[in-house]
Amino acid sequence: MIPALRRYARGFVHDAVAADDLVQDCLERVISHWHRRRNDDARTWVFAILHNLAVSRLRQAARRGQHVAIEEIADDLMAHPPTQEDDLARTDVVSAIQQLPEEPRSVLLLVAVEDLSYAQVAEVLAIPIGTVMSRLSRARERLRQILESPARGVRPGSHLRRVK
Amino acid sequence: MTDRPITEDDLHAYIDGRLDAARNEEVSAYLDKHPDVANRFASYSIQRTLLQGVFDPIAGEPVPSRLNLNHIIATRRQNRVSNWRLAAAAVLLFVGGSGGWYMRDMMVPPTEGVVALGREASDSFATYAGDRTRPVELRADNMVELVGWATERMGRKPVLPDLSKSGYRLMGGRVVSTPHGAGLMLMYDNDQGTRLVMLTRPMAVDQTRTMTPHSQGKVDGWAWASNGMGYSLVGSLPSEALHPLADDIRRQVQGEA
Repeated sequence: MIPALRRYARGFVHDAVAADDLVQDCLERVISHWHRRRNDDARTWVFAILHNLAVSRLRQAARRGQHVAIEEIADDLMAHPPTQEDDLARTDVVSAIQQLPEEPRSVLLLVAVEDLSYAQVAEVLAIPIGTVMSRLSRARERLRQILESPARGVRPGSHLRRVK
Repeated sequence: MTDRPITEDDLHAYIDGRLDAARNEEVSAYLDKHPDVANRFASYSIQRTLLQGVFDPIAGEPVPSRLNLNHIIATRRQNRVSNWRLAAAAVLLFVGGSGGWYMRDMMVPPTEGVVALGREASDSFATYAGDRTRPVELRADNMVELVGWATERMGRKPVLPDLSKSGYRLMGGRVVSTPHGAGLMLMYDNDQGTRLVMLTRPMAVDQTRTMTPHSQGKVDGWAWASNGMGYSLVGSLPSEALHPLADDIRRQVQGEA
């Protein structure tokens, strides 16, 4: 589960060390708050702790006027050497997801990357399942518009250009 | 087929693989008839794949040491957090049932596989290597009987490796109990009286596994598995000194197999 927590944290915080700080805080909280656990699904409980830590970290940073930034995750995520064609598609999707607001972005990452069920996502984010679905829908449509926007300059070879 | 209308939620659930087979078919039939919708959701589905392609490698990275739960627990322990809570949290994080609990064997000391075997070998060493009265049940001059005994108890015929080139003589061995059934312990010594123990037993988990070092107190060892049999060589020697011996045993065992 820890690799998944690290992966989710990286969707919020650009650098790996800062993301791991979040995960470490999360694990410490899991241990010390174990007795307060209410729901039966341990996975959603742990993800909820991480998510709340991540969101409050982002807010603190915003208050301090720092730019913590999802905008900066691109370089870090691109550090894995992909093939050239993948590279283009990845650059596309990384820069696109950066443009999503935090709320729909979290839903999309939990659904598409962490593979949680919609009910689990609702639990992690403490929102009704209807809200999960509308945020998911919003996230996907927004991402599609960004990826297919003609203003972005067509890149031959990008997977997403072929989708239309 | 039911008459339930297809909703946006159904379409998302379709690409997220969250529908039952019947509904899946209905959505699939619907998409065949509605190419615009189908295109839009095909695009969402590709997003999904791309996102996984970007983020999944992070989960493949080695977990940094400071996120090792054992370390966090060790720190906590100094702060007197009750042990049951730590144990409960460890179970929650790493043994939990639902899908996605992939890191199980990184955190909880494994109770199976070659890691368990290494521990069993160290335990045998601790019990028998210091025994002055009867370290082995059957001595090396009784090899045929020893092999017959072990074969009967393990259901596999063991190989008795020869380490005399490295100065270690086979003293003999015995069948020992492990949490995974009977195993054969062999003991060797050299002219200085240094004793080594090799434990071999059939493996349910880790049928074939590359050689890895293990260590328990002052006892070091190497454990591996091949063709369903596990082997661990242990002794109060530095790990590097044991390694060539373990390699030699592995060669002999494989030569016989």
